[in-house]
Amino acid sequence: MTAPAALPEAVAADGPPVHKPSLKKRLIPYWLLLPGILWLLVFFVLPMIYQASTSVQTGSLEEGFKVTWHFQTYWDAFTEYYPQFLRSLLYAGTATVLCLLLGYPLAYLIAFKAGRWRNLLLVLVIAPFFTSFLIRTLAWKTILADGGPVVGVLNKIGFLDVTSWLGMTEGDRVLATPLAVVCGLTYNFLPFMILPLYTSLERIDTRLHEAAGDLYARPATVFRKVTFPLSMPGVVSGTLLTFIPASGDYVNAELLGSTDTRMIGNVIQSQYLRILDYPTAAALSFILMAIVLVMVTIYIRRAGTEDLV
Amino acid sequence: MKSTTTWLRRNLVVIAGLGTLAYMILPNVVVTVFSFNNPTGRFNYSWQEFSLDAWKDPCGVADMCASLSLSLQIALWATIGATVLGTAIAFAMVRYRFRGRAAVNSLIFLPMAMPEIVMAASLLALFLNMGIQLGFWTILIAHIMFCLSFVVAAVKARVLSMDPRLEEAARDLYAGPAQTFLRVTLPIAAPGIAAGALLSFALSFDDFIITNFNSGNTVTFPMFVWGSAQRGTPVQINVIGTAMFVIAVLVVLAGQMVGNRRKKAQPK
Repeated sequence: MTAPAALPEAVAADGPPVHKPSLKKRLIPYWLLLPGILWLLVFFVLPMIYQASTSVQTGSLEEGFKVTWHFQTYWDAFTEYYPQFLRSLLYAGTATVLCLLLGYPLAYLIAFKAGRWRNLLLVLVIAPFFTSFLIRTLAWKTILADGGPVVGVLNKIGFLDVTSWLGMTEGDRVLATPLAVVCGLTYNFLPFMILPLYTSLERIDTRLHEAAGDLYARPATVFRKVTFPLSMPGVVSGTLLTFIPASGDYVNAELLGSTDTRMIGNVIQSQYLRILDYPTAAALSFILMAIVLVMVTIYIRRAGTEDLV
Repeated sequence: MKSTTTWLRRNLVVIAGLGTLAYMILPNVVVTVFSFNNPTGRFNYSWQEFSLDAWKDPCGVADMCASLSLSLQIALWATIGATVLGTAIAFAMVRYRFRGRAAVNSLIFLPMAMPEIVMAASLLALFLNMGIQLGFWTILIAHIMFCLSFVVAAVKARVLSMDPRLEEAARDLYAGPAQTFLRVTLPIAAPGIAAGALLSFALSFDDFIITNFNSGNTVTFPMFVWGSAQRGTPVQINVIGTAMFVIAVLVVLAGQMVGNRRKKAQPK
């Protein structure tokens, strides 16, 4: 969000610029902010501090945990679970690329070609938000079932040969393979890609397309030189909104995958809720956060749209 | 033959777009169809025979409707809490210049830029360390926390696009600050607030990851569905899923119709 260039205090507040606003008036924004910001400080920032302290504790559930500044936990956790980290980034990255490839045409269709169908299509994109995503993810179990019609067709057209060669599937199964997990991730986060893409495409002045056409640009060129660059803000925020949650997801890997497709989210979840090794779980979740933040920062720098956020 | 290829090429975007839409709708179709299934085993993953049993008795499964009503309650309170707190922040951000604005901005942005599991785990760390009993209240606290940022974003977008001259005009016509706010500012910001509230409701109602960490033994609807994936999925889950989809589509369409009518009633 680009904040408008800082206005001089006196102009921004109402009233003639000569008088300094009364103290009571100057305190209004702080009173408006206070409850919400307090909520975020107590239930977002403070928990991070507690988790940081948990990650350097040692002890056991019976004897209790104590802060011993045991940073070794980070190294141990990372070396033990780096395959899951790599897998998470790989799956989330693949799902993000697929979301972009699948989502762009639909966003484009809604923005420029849908006409009076536009509202209906938008509703169909948003409606999944309101239907339980767990139920819909479970439906993929039915769709991708062994020996089902979808797997049959994929097998017939040789798709599964390609994915097997890529290591995404095994034999003529899709369920319990990486492909199923990536398919579920792509499906779950598609709306998060389509909506920002649509918003930025919709803002484009269609007269620019006409102008490019008048200058003898072919449709493909118009897209490459005009439409796509102008939709970059949507591409950047869409990919972030897809990649970040996908990298920490464990629902798809649990419901559609197998023990060979466990992502880092699955590890954190079981460490926290089943094994009850809190320090390792806390360290893992901080490593995930650090990786994601670093990747996102580099990506935003590269995409050159720092003023987006 | 050649005309077919040109037609295909010309309509490539439409075909690809509709293909994506089909991919997005397919699970909903499956959920709907399988709500009329009569499965033989504990799991409702393969088609057996047509049956209306589940629709006749949607609450026929132990604990399912209790979890549903709990989820609705939490979503309702989380929506109210997040909308009130978030709208206030959004107004402060757009209408006032104040110290620490950049810091406030990033504090609000951060929860949206972090994998949900990190927030879920850290909240659990807080509750465990403070010895707070997990349950209804911890779920509600967490939901208000992560819905807040989305409300701020939605309301901010609307208030930013609002013409400040309307409020000046109201003041020129001797409306007091309270009157200006209630009769001018609030009605104009209402669609943004409504969008934020609707989003909060959907996010809270459907949240699994944060709830999974902070619910203790309390079972919300997504938790019930999660458990059923291990224990056996009753057909009634599909009935609820279908009903939710239909209600959501109807609500959104009705909202748009009201919006369109308003637009026609008061041309700019």
